[in-house]
Amino acid sequence: MSALTTPLPAGLPDIDPSWSRVVRVADSATGDAHDWHLLDTAGALDRLGVSPVGTILAVHGNPTWSYLWRRIVGASVEAAATGAPAWRVIAVDQLNMGFSARTGAPRTLQQRVSDLGDLTDELGLAGPVVTLGHDWGGVVALGWAVDHPELLAGITSLNTAVHHPEGVPIPAPLRLATARGVLATSTVTTPAFLEATLALARPALAPEVKDAYRAPYRSAADRSGIGAFVADIPVDDGDASFGELRRIAAGVSMLTVPALLLWGPDDPIFGDRYLDDLVDRLPHADVHRFEGAGHLIAEDRPYADAVLTWLADRVAPGAAAPLATRDAHPPIDDAPYAPLWSALDRRREDDADAIIDMAARGGRTRHVSWRRLDDRVRRIAAGLASGGVRRGQRVSVLVPPGPTLTAVIYACLRIGAVVVVADAGLGVRGLSRAVRGAWPDVVIGEVKGLAAAKTLGWPGVRISTATLPWASRRALGVSHSLAKIAARGTGASLPAEPSPDDLAAILYTSGSTGPAKGVRYTHRQLSAVRDVLAAHFAITEETGLVTGFAPFALLGPALGTRSATPDMDVSAPRTLTARAVAAAVRAADARMVFLSPAAILNVVATAGELTDDDRDALAEVATFLSTGAPVGEPLLAATAALMPNAEPHTPYGMTECLLVTDITLDGIRASATAPDRGVCVGVPIGSNRVLISALDSGGRPVGPPASEPGVLGEVVISARHLKSSYDRLWLTDRAAADNTPDDGGRWHRTGDVGHLDAQGRLWIDGRLPHVLTTADGPVAPVGPEQELERSGRVRRAAVVGVGPEGLRQAVAVVETVPAVSRPGLAPADLAAELRALSSLSLVAVLTVPELPTDIRHNSKIDRRRLSMWADATLAGGRMGRP
Amino acid sequence: MIVAVTGASGYLGGAVAAALVADGHEVRTLQRRPSGVDGATDFLGSVTDAALVREAFTGAEGVIHLAAKVSLAGDPAEFDRVNVDGTRVVLDAAESAGVSRFVHISSPSVAHAGSALAGVGAEPASPQDARGEYARTKAQSELLALARDSDAMAVVAIRPHLVWGPGDPQLVARIVDRARRGRLPLLDGGRALIDTTYIDNAASGIVAALRRADVAHGRAFVLTNGEPRPVGELLAGICTASGVRPPAWSLPAGIARAVGSLIERVWAVRPGTDEPPMTRFLAEQLSTAHWFDQRATREALDWAPTVTLDEGLRRLAAHR
Repeated sequence: MSALTTPLPAGLPDIDPSWSRVVRVADSATGDAHDWHLLDTAGALDRLGVSPVGTILAVHGNPTWSYLWRRIVGASVEAAATGAPAWRVIAVDQLNMGFSARTGAPRTLQQRVSDLGDLTDELGLAGPVVTLGHDWGGVVALGWAVDHPELLAGITSLNTAVHHPEGVPIPAPLRLATARGVLATSTVTTPAFLEATLALARPALAPEVKDAYRAPYRSAADRSGIGAFVADIPVDDGDASFGELRRIAAGVSMLTVPALLLWGPDDPIFGDRYLDDLVDRLPHADVHRFEGAGHLIAEDRPYADAVLTWLADRVAPGAAAPLATRDAHPPIDDAPYAPLWSALDRRREDDADAIIDMAARGGRTRHVSWRRLDDRVRRIAAGLASGGVRRGQRVSVLVPPGPTLTAVIYACLRIGAVVVVADAGLGVRGLSRAVRGAWPDVVIGEVKGLAAAKTLGWPGVRISTATLPWASRRALGVSHSLAKIAARGTGASLPAEPSPDDLAAILYTSGSTGPAKGVRYTHRQLSAVRDVLAAHFAITEETGLVTGFAPFALLGPALGTRSATPDMDVSAPRTLTARAVAAAVRAADARMVFLSPAAILNVVATAGELTDDDRDALAEVATFLSTGAPVGEPLLAATAALMPNAEPHTPYGMTECLLVTDITLDGIRASATAPDRGVCVGVPIGSNRVLISALDSGGRPVGPPASEPGVLGEVVISARHLKSSYDRLWLTDRAAADNTPDDGGRWHRTGDVGHLDAQGRLWIDGRLPHVLTTADGPVAPVGPEQELERSGRVRRAAVVGVGPEGLRQAVAVVETVPAVSRPGLAPADLAAELRALSSLSLVAVLTVPELPTDIRHNSKIDRRRLSMWADATLAGGRMGRP
Repeated sequence: MIVAVTGASGYLGGAVAAALVADGHEVRTLQRRPSGVDGATDFLGSVTDAALVREAFTGAEGVIHLAAKVSLAGDPAEFDRVNVDGTRVVLDAAESAGVSRFVHISSPSVAHAGSALAGVGAEPASPQDARGEYARTKAQSELLALARDSDAMAVVAIRPHLVWGPGDPQLVARIVDRARRGRLPLLDGGRALIDTTYIDNAASGIVAALRRADVAHGRAFVLTNGEPRPVGELLAGICTASGVRPPAWSLPAGIARAVGSLIERVWAVRPGTDEPPMTRFLAEQLSTAHWFDQRATREALDWAPTVTLDEGLRRLAAHR
């Protein structure tokens, strides 16, 4: 090792020149010596007087250099200075790249992996080492990891790839770059490849940062390494480096050290396909996909904090054991487990109706017996299994609610395939983002879903629910029809049942509060949903259900009781009429009715059409559930009037925990006399637990979760049927479980803000991001909005904040009766009336034709957008529509 | 204590002097015209008259300096003479008289140059960025005053924002006068949030600054009701309480600023007795948000407003 002067130009942003050093290393194969440039924090840590707990070995890709890693270099030193475990960071410039030597000859992948080993030998690097890589540097770092098991304590990577499946074309930008002729021009002669890479940052890089990336690549000679690197990209086994890549890929599959994969999905080269491959090889890896980030994720997102947090959690002394990390919490649940399909098994010889589908096309009613349902599930399950669908593989189901969806889902669950369900209400973009995020192995859909899959380039083998002509099959890329799959499964044996703690399903959230998140459920947790529903509402084989809300149609067979879907367009709940509900109640002799809020509106509106017979049928209903979004007392009461002997319930829940608390109509009426603000959602169901994490003056939920009444804070829940984790969102998972009770249970921060009262009832006051941080403390919007909605001139109200955090001023934005035609200040008398009704000091009252509302639930007001609009409007800016 | 108040013939100065008398202080008032404050001793003359100022301050423990040339247009030299030179004379006299508490009345315009202000605190005064002669000279005088803060004399600067109330010859009278003549537009629909100060709150805040000078000294504080409102709503409230029709015509702010700046230039060439109907400064005031973080003010002065905006409007209507 020799002390050479640093070639690093002065004044590069975010770089401390003292990190820069040059090391002369002899090539172990040829004996040639080359000068390496690296960023190394050993000196900085020494000056702080701390000794490192380990080393992060960071390898950049092409065409960047160690500058890519400046944030983790800086953040690690800062963390060490504040007393956190000190990680030394060594970020190298690969040979022929950055400010390292130009060796005069191209270097293959194999050489690069061995070069890195030569360097770490020269440095005398001792363990533990955690690798960090990006792009093709990720491959080199993983190669080093595979070759140095004795030093390796963990692997972390940003977008990279170690395997390219045969038969799939390599990504288009690379096809172009590696084409003969284009290669030299784009990568060496001109800085086009470099510039194109720098342009991938979202948001765009600052000019001085771009300049820093360009610093070592000013001339064509300096850029020769970029071209050689691209030329070495192994595409097939004709390429020199293909064997080395295969060796590394196989080695990675054997690694059992903790692993972290941080991913920017909007990467034209290293797309989700490669993440999925890495997850297959490293099933224990913690994964976080940063929605909206791209190839330059190191510039786009706070990866450095994520890596350091993860090291503290998983690698540093005292961190969790590496392989216990698949899910956020190990399952601790000694309640008896029966698989979701156990009722199908039990009733397989029963010719009674299991499903009565009155929503089928053509208006005819379809009856499916238990025997037929069980048979169909078994045949599809066996057919999928014999077609190669394995346990743990993901199946995206794009089938509208109905008996076919039910059969497909139970079949997938039975063979241990993971069902991916995203609601069409997400819209095509949201749905596409969800399907790509889950990266399914198989897509089962109707023509419409499959056409979207084809157009949007979704992954997965495609199976059509209908039998299609050859030309359509080819056009849609469909390899099988469901009928053929079922035929193949006839008489075939089923594989062994999945175990209770295997992943069963990924359900997507509504996306009304940011990009939709995939929520993971194990078989045990899904079964617990069924069990808690059955226990709380005393559902038996004899109950009979009417499912005017599609998700509950799926639970009928699990509950072991017949279920009827009324005549309606299942994708448009507001098409449901009162007569259709009555007909379904009669057909299923049902005692329990499920409706969504949108359906309820129309059922009440069409109540006048009911005949005496219809009313007699409805009088038999004992329990009525409004599920989805909360509904107000008047609407619930109007529905109750149609079912005079039914007890109306409206449970509170979310995709992450479908049933948290429950309240009856009587309960809602009783709560009206309470002094509390917000919406009363009742008491926890069964053994569920609900606590409140108090907000501080900045609106942050920092209080230890507690049950003290009257304290405003984030609602924190625990339940047997709570989700297991979020899919590929490690940081989100961590945040959702942060600072929750350490009692062995699984806990979840809901993002809802509320309080408990002295009777243990939960009141919801809003969403966490919608809390106004005023000078007098945090204020949640729902209670103040209810005060305004007491005015007969207000249809709906939103209360949002304007001004800086900590000093937010409350503004009312209201839809009026009659509606205004354009947004503006409320007339003086309305403003005065609403101020008199409000317990807040409203700085302004604005009227709008319509509040921005999420389409899926038709109820969630986009208060964040509204707040930004109000802020601009009341600053004196131009007034658009919210 | 003995307290000297300059500029007590003005609307705010008179209210401050009266509040001090009511609190049992011995009050001396210095201005060109009689203050009309019962129980106060008048010293008639200009703050630029050093001998008179010294005489008025003899034996005083506190000084509240409000005297200033307040106008949207006028001769720059006159602004300098009254606002800058006058403040220097007053500070010198206070020091030589052994005054231990000095409250300098300033303006939020000393620190801000016309952009929207939402929830800001009292930034340092900046004469070079200030808009117009009034703001420039008030910025200079605030810097002068705070530079004199010492162990012997505690200096506090208070910046009340848009003081108004019954009998107010400035804001209310002008608004009502313009509205009556149809010259008061609502710029961009009058949506910009503006915070104002009801007269009693301004007076009690300033008296609080005198009381708390030993704690709050060396700093400037913006003083308001802490109740921002859309400017259209405020103007309508003031007009309605004063019995005139609220302004109905609306002008895009950009056009108003351009017209205002043109009129200002014409007025500079041909100054009349009247003020220009619309100045660039006024256009900005009426079309961009101006509200302030009152937390530091209330804490340092151990004070809170006692009259709400709505109560103030009721009093305005009752006064009519």
